[in-house]
Amino acid sequence: MRLLTHNMLSSNIKGVTNGFPLLIEVEKVVEKQVDFNEDFLRNMFPKIEWKALVEASRTMGYTELPENAESSMLDSDEFLRKFHHALIELHLEEGALVCPETGRKFPVNKGIPNMLLHEDEV
Amino acid sequence: MLSRTAQIRLVSSHPEVYDPCDDSFALVDALLADRANLLEHHPSICMEVGCGSGYVIASLALMLGKESSDCYFIATDINPHAVGVTRKTMEAHGCHADLVTTDIASGLEKRLAGLVDVMVVNPPYVPTPEYEVGQFGIASAWAGGENGRSVIDKILPVADKLLSDKGWLYLVTLTANNPSEICLQMMKKGYASRIVLQRSTDEESLHIIKLWRNLDTQLEDGILTGFFAFSHGQITCAFRGRWKQSQI
Ligand SMILES: C[S@@+](CC[C@H](N)C(=O)[O-])C[C@H]1O[C@@H](n2cnc3c(N)ncnc32)[C@H](O)[C@@H]1O
Repeated sequence: MRLLTHNMLSSNIKGVTNGFPLLIEVEKVVEKQVDFNEDFLRNMFPKIEWKALVEASRTMGYTELPENAESSMLDSDEFLRKFHHALIELHLEEGALVCPETGRKFPVNKGIPNMLLHEDEV
Repeated sequence: MLSRTAQIRLVSSHPEVYDPCDDSFALVDALLADRANLLEHHPSICMEVGCGSGYVIASLALMLGKESSDCYFIATDINPHAVGVTRKTMEAHGCHADLVTTDIASGLEKRLAGLVDVMVVNPPYVPTPEYEVGQFGIASAWAGGENGRSVIDKILPVADKLLSDKGWLYLVTLTANNPSEICLQMMKKGYASRIVLQRSTDEESLHIIKLWRNLDTQLEDGILTGFFAFSHGQITCAFRGRWKQSQI
Protein backbone atom coordinates (compact mmCIF):
# COMPACT_ATOMS: atom_id res chain seq x y z
CA MET A 1 0.00 0.00 0.00
CA ARG A 2 1.44 3.29 -1.12
CA LEU A 3 0.99 6.36 1.05
CA LEU A 4 -1.18 7.75 -1.73
CA THR A 5 -3.73 5.03 -0.90
CA HIS A 6 -3.40 5.80 2.79
CA ASN A 7 -4.15 9.44 2.04
CA MET A 8 -7.46 8.43 0.42
CA LEU A 9 -8.68 6.13 3.21
CA SER A 10 -10.74 6.98 6.28
CA SER A 11 -12.26 4.82 8.96
CA ASN A 12 -15.65 3.64 7.72
CA ILE A 13 -17.03 2.33 11.00
CA LYS A 14 -20.56 3.42 11.77
CA GLY A 15 -20.70 6.39 14.10
CA VAL A 16 -17.08 7.46 13.67
CA THR A 17 -16.90 11.17 12.89
CA ASN A 18 -13.19 11.74 12.80
CA GLY A 19 -11.83 8.80 10.87
CA PHE A 20 -8.98 10.53 9.04
CA PRO A 21 -6.10 9.98 8.88
CA LEU A 22 -5.78 6.36 9.86
CA LEU A 23 -2.75 5.67 12.03
CA ILE A 24 -0.20 3.29 10.61
CA GLU A 25 1.16 0.26 12.40
CA VAL A 26 4.28 -0.83 10.60
CA GLU A 27 5.45 -4.41 10.34
CA LYS A 28 7.20 -4.25 7.01
CA VAL A 29 7.97 -1.37 4.67
CA VAL A 30 9.31 -1.86 1.17
CA GLU A 31 10.61 0.71 -1.28
CA LYS A 32 9.84 0.31 -4.96
CA GLN A 33 11.42 2.56 -7.49
CA VAL A 34 8.88 4.20 -9.80
CA ASP A 35 9.52 6.38 -12.84
CA PHE A 36 9.35 10.03 -11.91
CA ASN A 37 6.37 11.77 -13.49
CA GLU A 38 5.94 15.44 -12.82
CA ASP A 39 2.46 15.70 -14.37
CA PHE A 40 1.16 12.93 -12.15
CA LEU A 41 2.50 14.71 -9.08
CA ARG A 42 0.98 18.00 -10.19
CA ASN A 43 -2.38 16.28 -10.72
CA MET A 44 -2.30 14.70 -7.30
CA PHE A 45 -0.89 17.53 -5.21
CA PRO A 46 -4.17 19.48 -4.78
CA LYS A 47 -5.95 16.26 -3.82
CA ILE A 48 -3.51 15.32 -1.05
CA GLU A 49 -3.96 16.07 2.64
CA TRP A 50 -0.43 17.22 3.24
CA LYS A 51 -0.25 16.85 7.01
CA ALA A 52 -1.48 13.27 6.82
CA LEU A 53 1.19 12.47 4.23
CA VAL A 54 3.95 14.00 6.36
CA GLU A 55 2.90 12.04 9.44
CA ALA A 56 2.46 8.81 7.52
CA SER A 57 5.87 9.09 5.87
CA ARG A 58 7.49 9.70 9.25
CA THR A 59 5.86 6.59 10.65
CA MET A 60 7.35 4.74 7.71
CA GLY A 61 10.79 6.13 8.53
CA TYR A 62 11.03 8.90 5.92
CA THR A 63 11.53 12.34 7.43
CA GLU A 64 12.41 14.54 4.45
CA LEU A 65 9.01 16.08 3.71
CA PRO A 66 8.56 19.71 4.76
CA GLU A 67 5.95 20.37 7.46
CA ASN A 68 3.89 22.54 5.12
CA ALA A 69 3.55 22.65 1.38
CA GLU A 70 1.91 24.90 -1.18
CA SER A 71 1.56 24.65 -4.92
CA SER A 72 4.39 27.09 -5.65
CA MET A 73 6.77 24.45 -4.28
CA LEU A 74 5.95 22.23 -7.25
CA ASP A 75 8.48 24.31 -9.20
CA SER A 76 11.27 22.91 -7.08
CA ASP A 77 12.76 19.71 -8.42
CA GLU A 78 14.02 18.80 -4.98
CA PHE A 79 10.54 19.10 -3.51
CA LEU A 80 9.01 17.05 -6.32
CA ARG A 81 11.51 14.22 -5.79
CA LYS A 82 10.68 14.01 -2.10
CA PHE A 83 6.95 14.20 -2.75
CA HIS A 84 7.31 11.45 -5.38
CA HIS A 85 9.22 9.20 -3.00
CA ALA A 86 6.83 9.61 -0.08
CA LEU A 87 3.67 9.35 -2.16
CA ILE A 88 4.33 6.34 -4.39
CA GLU A 89 7.65 4.68 -3.62
CA LEU A 90 7.13 3.82 0.04
CA HIS A 91 4.87 0.82 0.52
CA LEU A 92 3.40 -0.61 3.66
CA GLU A 93 3.71 -4.29 2.82
CA GLU A 94 2.57 -5.73 6.15
CA GLY A 95 0.95 -3.96 9.07
CA ALA A 96 -2.33 -2.30 9.92
CA LEU A 97 -4.29 0.91 9.64
CA VAL A 98 -5.80 2.00 12.91
CA CYS A 99 -9.01 3.99 13.31
CA PRO A 100 -8.02 7.14 15.24
CA GLU A 101 -11.32 7.18 17.10
CA THR A 102 -12.02 3.56 18.00
CA GLY A 103 -8.62 1.89 17.71
CA ARG A 104 -10.11 -0.73 15.34
CA LYS A 105 -7.36 -2.21 13.18
CA PHE A 106 -7.69 -2.73 9.46
CA PRO A 107 -5.09 -5.27 8.35
CA VAL A 108 -2.68 -4.64 5.50
CA ASN A 109 -1.43 -7.92 4.05
CA LYS A 110 0.77 -8.30 1.00
CA GLY A 111 0.41 -4.57 0.52
CA ILE A 112 -3.39 -4.54 0.35
CA PRO A 113 -5.55 -2.86 3.00
CA ASN A 114 -8.73 -4.65 4.01
CA MET A 115 -11.53 -2.22 4.97
CA LEU A 116 -14.28 -4.85 5.27
CA LEU A 117 -16.39 -4.35 8.37
CA HIS A 118 -18.07 -6.79 10.70
CA GLU A 119 -21.85 -6.74 10.70
CA ASP A 120 -22.08 -4.77 13.94
CA GLU A 121 -19.82 -2.03 12.56
CA VAL A 122 -21.86 -1.15 9.46
CA MET B 1 1.86 -2.24 -32.03
CA LEU B 2 1.23 -2.31 -28.32
CA SER B 3 -1.99 -4.01 -27.35
CA ARG B 4 -4.78 -1.69 -26.32
CA THR B 5 -6.46 -4.21 -24.06
CA ALA B 6 -5.20 -6.62 -21.45
CA GLN B 7 -4.05 -9.95 -22.83
CA ILE B 8 -5.87 -12.97 -21.52
CA ARG B 9 -2.66 -14.96 -21.13
CA LEU B 10 -1.36 -12.25 -18.78
CA VAL B 11 -4.55 -12.08 -16.72
CA SER B 12 -4.12 -13.91 -13.42
CA SER B 13 -6.78 -16.21 -12.07
CA HIS B 14 -7.91 -17.88 -8.89
CA PRO B 15 -10.63 -20.49 -8.31
CA GLU B 16 -12.69 -17.98 -6.35
CA VAL B 17 -12.26 -15.02 -8.70
CA TYR B 18 -14.45 -14.21 -11.70
CA ASP B 19 -12.55 -14.82 -14.95
CA PRO B 20 -13.04 -12.35 -17.79
CA CYS B 21 -16.26 -13.28 -19.53
CA ASP B 22 -18.69 -11.87 -22.14
CA ASP B 23 -19.68 -9.03 -19.82
CA SER B 24 -16.04 -8.08 -19.17
CA PHE B 25 -15.33 -8.09 -22.92
CA ALA B 26 -18.43 -6.04 -23.63
CA LEU B 27 -17.35 -3.41 -21.10
CA VAL B 28 -13.83 -3.23 -22.52
CA ASP B 29 -15.20 -3.02 -26.08
CA ALA B 30 -17.45 -0.16 -24.99
CA LEU B 31 -14.47 1.64 -23.48
CA LEU B 32 -12.44 1.02 -26.64
CA ALA B 33 -15.25 2.41 -28.77
CA ASP B 34 -15.19 5.51 -26.58
CA ARG B 35 -11.40 5.67 -26.47
CA ALA B 36 -11.02 8.91 -28.42
CA ASN B 37 -13.36 10.63 -25.97
CA LEU B 38 -11.54 9.12 -23.01
CA LEU B 39 -8.23 10.45 -24.29
CA GLU B 40 -9.70 13.90 -24.71
CA HIS B 41 -11.26 13.67 -21.26
CA HIS B 42 -7.79 13.61 -19.60
CA PRO B 43 -8.96 11.79 -16.50
CA SER B 44 -6.77 12.26 -13.45
CA ILE B 45 -8.48 9.60 -11.34
CA CYS B 46 -9.94 6.38 -12.77
CA MET B 47 -11.66 3.89 -10.52
CA GLU B 48 -13.09 0.40 -10.87
CA VAL B 49 -15.55 -1.03 -8.38
CA GLY B 50 -15.55 -4.84 -8.36
CA CYS B 51 -12.31 -5.35 -10.27
CA GLY B 52 -12.32 -9.19 -10.22
CA SER B 53 -9.43 -10.45 -12.34
CA GLY B 54 -8.28 -6.92 -13.18
CA TYR B 55 -8.95 -7.43 -16.89
CA VAL B 56 -11.03 -4.26 -17.20
CA ILE B 57 -8.87 -1.81 -15.28
CA ALA B 58 -5.71 -3.15 -16.94
CA SER B 59 -7.38 -2.67 -20.33
CA LEU B 60 -8.43 0.85 -19.40
CA ALA B 61 -4.87 1.71 -18.38
CA LEU B 62 -3.49 0.23 -21.61
CA MET B 63 -5.94 1.95 -23.92
CA LEU B 64 -5.17 5.32 -22.33
CA GLY B 65 -1.56 4.62 -23.27
CA LYS B 66 0.84 7.46 -22.49
CA GLU B 67 -2.04 9.42 -21.01
CA SER B 68 -2.41 6.79 -18.28
CA SER B 69 0.91 7.55 -16.62
CA ASP B 70 -0.47 10.91 -15.43
CA CYS B 71 -3.56 9.22 -14.07
CA TYR B 72 -4.28 7.65 -10.70
CA PHE B 73 -5.93 4.22 -10.93
CA ILE B 74 -7.72 2.76 -7.97
CA ALA B 75 -9.76 -0.43 -7.77
CA THR B 76 -11.83 -2.18 -5.13
CA ASP B 77 -13.41 -5.58 -4.67
CA ILE B 78 -15.27 -7.15 -1.79
CA ASN B 79 -13.42 -10.41 -2.48
CA PRO B 80 -9.84 -10.28 -1.10
CA HIS B 81 -8.67 -12.90 -3.61
CA ALA B 82 -9.89 -10.72 -6.48
CA VAL B 83 -7.87 -7.74 -5.31
CA GLY B 84 -4.74 -9.92 -5.13
CA VAL B 85 -5.37 -11.27 -8.62
CA THR B 86 -5.91 -7.75 -9.98
CA ARG B 87 -2.56 -6.72 -8.60
CA LYS B 88 -0.83 -9.56 -10.46
CA THR B 89 -2.71 -8.78 -13.66
CA MET B 90 -1.72 -5.12 -13.47
CA GLU B 91 1.91 -6.01 -12.80
CA ALA B 92 1.99 -8.44 -15.73
CA HIS B 93 0.93 -5.56 -17.98
CA GLY B 94 3.38 -3.08 -16.48
CA CYS B 95 0.56 -1.02 -14.96
CA HIS B 96 -0.27 -0.01 -11.42
CA ALA B 97 -3.51 0.50 -9.52
CA ASP B 98 -4.01 1.17 -5.85
CA LEU B 99 -6.11 -1.66 -4.48
CA VAL B 100 -8.45 -1.87 -1.53
CA THR B 101 -10.52 -4.79 -0.30
CA THR B 102 -13.82 -3.19 0.60
CA ASP B 103 -17.56 -3.05 0.05
CA ILE B 104 -18.03 -0.82 -3.02
CA ALA B 105 -15.96 2.22 -1.96
CA SER B 106 -16.37 2.11 1.79
CA GLY B 107 -13.47 3.92 3.44
CA LEU B 108 -12.74 5.88 0.26
CA GLU B 109 -15.97 7.84 -0.03
CA LYS B 110 -14.91 10.73 2.13
CA ARG B 111 -11.59 11.55 0.48
CA LEU B 112 -12.48 10.58 -3.08
CA ALA B 113 -15.77 12.50 -3.07
CA GLY B 114 -16.04 14.54 -6.25
CA LEU B 115 -12.64 13.45 -7.55
CA VAL B 116 -13.26 10.46 -9.81
CA ASP B 117 -13.22 11.32 -13.52
CA VAL B 118 -13.88 7.83 -14.87
CA MET B 119 -15.59 5.00 -13.03
CA VAL B 120 -16.10 1.55 -14.52
CA VAL B 121 -18.34 -1.08 -12.98
CA ASN B 122 -19.28 -4.59 -14.03
CA PRO B 123 -21.40 -5.40 -11.01
CA PRO B 124 -23.01 -8.64 -9.89
CA TYR B 125 -26.20 -8.26 -11.95
CA VAL B 126 -27.78 -11.72 -12.15
CA PRO B 127 -31.24 -11.94 -10.55
CA THR B 128 -30.93 -14.30 -7.58
CA PRO B 129 -32.57 -14.84 -4.22
CA GLU B 130 -31.63 -11.94 -1.95
CA TYR B 131 -29.70 -14.10 0.55
CA GLU B 132 -27.14 -15.02 -2.11
CA VAL B 133 -25.95 -11.40 -2.40
CA GLY B 134 -22.66 -10.47 -0.77
CA GLN B 135 -21.63 -14.01 0.11
CA PHE B 136 -17.93 -14.49 0.22
CA GLY B 137 -16.13 -16.06 -2.70
CA ILE B 138 -17.20 -16.47 -6.26
CA ALA B 139 -20.97 -16.17 -5.66
CA SER B 140 -20.55 -12.46 -4.92
CA ALA B 141 -19.34 -12.05 -8.49
CA TRP B 142 -22.79 -12.51 -9.99
CA ALA B 143 -25.46 -12.66 -7.29
CA GLY B 144 -27.52 -9.50 -7.76
CA GLY B 145 -30.65 -10.18 -5.71
CA GLU B 146 -34.08 -9.08 -6.88
CA ASN B 147 -33.97 -8.11 -10.57
CA GLY B 148 -30.20 -8.22 -10.15
CA ARG B 149 -30.42 -4.70 -8.74
CA SER B 150 -29.31 -5.11 -5.11
CA VAL B 151 -25.67 -4.20 -5.57
CA ILE B 152 -26.27 -1.85 -8.51
CA ASP B 153 -28.69 0.20 -6.40
CA LYS B 154 -26.04 0.56 -3.71
CA ILE B 155 -23.37 1.52 -6.21
CA LEU B 156 -25.34 4.31 -7.92
CA PRO B 157 -25.46 6.74 -4.95
CA VAL B 158 -21.78 6.04 -4.25
CA ALA B 159 -20.92 6.81 -7.87
CA ASP B 160 -22.91 10.03 -7.61
CA LYS B 161 -20.87 11.00 -4.59
CA LEU B 162 -17.46 10.10 -6.03
CA LEU B 163 -17.77 11.36 -9.59
CA SER B 164 -16.22 14.73 -10.35
CA ASP B 165 -18.17 17.40 -12.22
CA LYS B 166 -16.81 16.02 -15.44
CA GLY B 167 -17.02 12.41 -14.22
CA TRP B 168 -18.21 9.50 -16.37
CA LEU B 169 -19.63 6.19 -15.20
CA TYR B 170 -19.65 3.09 -17.39
CA LEU B 171 -21.97 0.43 -16.01
CA VAL B 172 -22.72 -3.09 -17.23
CA THR B 173 -26.39 -4.02 -16.99
CA LEU B 174 -28.70 -6.77 -18.12
CA THR B 175 -32.18 -6.29 -19.60
CA ALA B 176 -33.55 -7.83 -16.39
CA ASN B 177 -31.94 -4.99 -14.41
CA ASN B 178 -34.22 -2.53 -16.22
CA PRO B 179 -31.50 -0.22 -17.56
CA SER B 180 -34.04 2.37 -18.69
CA GLU B 181 -35.22 2.71 -15.11
CA ILE B 182 -31.60 3.14 -13.98
CA CYS B 183 -31.12 5.95 -16.49
CA LEU B 184 -34.35 7.58 -15.39
CA GLN B 185 -33.40 7.37 -11.74
CA MET B 186 -30.02 8.92 -12.46
CA MET B 187 -31.61 11.57 -14.64
CA LYS B 188 -33.47 12.78 -11.58
CA LYS B 189 -30.09 13.30 -9.99
CA GLY B 190 -28.97 15.32 -12.98
CA TYR B 191 -27.30 12.70 -15.14
CA ALA B 192 -27.49 12.21 -18.85
CA SER B 193 -27.01 8.72 -20.17
CA ARG B 194 -26.41 6.74 -23.32
CA ILE B 195 -26.26 3.06 -24.16
CA VAL B 196 -22.74 2.80 -25.56
CA LEU B 197 -22.95 -0.88 -26.41
CA GLN B 198 -25.61 -3.52 -26.60
CA ARG B 199 -24.77 -7.17 -27.06
CA SER B 200 -26.82 -10.33 -26.90
CA THR B 201 -25.13 -13.56 -25.99
CA ASP B 202 -26.72 -17.01 -25.77
CA GLU B 203 -27.69 -16.37 -22.19
CA GLU B 204 -28.17 -12.67 -21.73
CA SER B 205 -28.65 -9.30 -23.31
CA LEU B 206 -26.06 -6.83 -22.03
CA HIS B 207 -26.28 -3.06 -22.08
CA ILE B 208 -23.31 -0.91 -21.25
CA ILE B 209 -24.58 2.44 -20.04
CA LYS B 210 -22.48 5.58 -19.89
CA LEU B 211 -23.69 8.20 -17.42
CA TRP B 212 -22.39 11.71 -16.92
CA ARG B 213 -23.48 14.80 -15.08
CA ASN B 214 -25.56 16.99 -17.27
CA LEU B 215 -24.63 20.38 -15.90
CA ASP B 216 -27.39 22.14 -17.84
CA THR B 217 -29.88 20.07 -15.91
CA GLN B 218 -28.53 21.19 -12.59
CA LEU B 219 -28.57 24.83 -13.53
CA GLU B 220 -32.28 24.88 -14.22
CA ASP B 221 -33.87 24.43 -10.86
CA GLY B 222 -36.42 21.65 -10.82
CA ILE B 223 -36.42 21.18 -14.56
CA LEU B 224 -34.85 18.13 -16.07
CA THR B 225 -33.64 18.17 -19.61
CA GLY B 226 -34.14 14.85 -21.20
CA PHE B 227 -35.84 12.68 -23.69
CA PHE B 228 -36.28 8.95 -23.65
CA ALA B 229 -37.41 6.70 -26.43
CA PHE B 230 -38.07 3.07 -25.73
CA SER B 231 -38.17 0.48 -28.43
CA HIS B 232 -38.17 -3.29 -28.08
CA GLY B 233 -36.88 -3.08 -24.55
CA GLN B 234 -33.87 -1.18 -25.78
CA ILE B 235 -33.39 2.44 -24.87
CA THR B 236 -31.96 5.30 -26.75
CA CYS B 237 -31.63 8.35 -24.63
CA ALA B 238 -31.08 11.71 -26.21
CA PHE B 239 -31.12 14.82 -24.15
CA ARG B 240 -33.14 17.45 -25.89
CA GLY B 241 -36.70 17.50 -24.72
CA ARG B 242 -37.57 19.32 -21.56
CA TRP B 243 -39.60 17.62 -18.89
CA LYS B 244 -40.76 18.98 -15.63
CA GLN B 245 -39.62 16.85 -12.72
CA SER B 246 -43.22 16.24 -11.72
CA GLN B 247 -43.93 14.59 -15.02
CA ILE B 248 -41.31 11.90 -14.52
C1 LIG C 1 -19.22 -9.64 -12.69
S1 LIG C 1 -17.76 -9.59 -11.72
C2 LIG C 1 -16.75 -8.50 -12.68
C3 LIG C 1 -15.27 -8.68 -12.50
C4 LIG C 1 -14.39 -7.86 -13.45
N1 LIG C 1 -14.55 -6.45 -13.23
C5 LIG C 1 -14.70 -8.21 -14.87
O1 LIG C 1 -15.36 -7.39 -15.53
O2 LIG C 1 -14.31 -9.27 -15.33
C6 LIG C 1 -18.25 -8.60 -10.32
C7 LIG C 1 -17.18 -8.30 -9.29
O3 LIG C 1 -17.72 -7.44 -8.29
C8 LIG C 1 -17.29 -7.86 -7.02
N2 LIG C 1 -18.25 -7.38 -6.03
C9 LIG C 1 -19.47 -7.90 -5.72
N3 LIG C 1 -20.07 -7.19 -4.76
C10 LIG C 1 -19.22 -6.16 -4.46
C11 LIG C 1 -19.27 -5.09 -3.52
N4 LIG C 1 -20.32 -4.91 -2.72
N5 LIG C 1 -18.21 -4.25 -3.45
C12 LIG C 1 -17.12 -4.43 -4.26
N6 LIG C 1 -17.03 -5.43 -5.16
C13 LIG C 1 -18.07 -6.30 -5.26
C14 LIG C 1 -17.20 -9.37 -7.13
O4 LIG C 1 -16.34 -9.91 -6.14
C15 LIG C 1 -16.66 -9.53 -8.57
O5 LIG C 1 -15.27 -9.54 -8.59
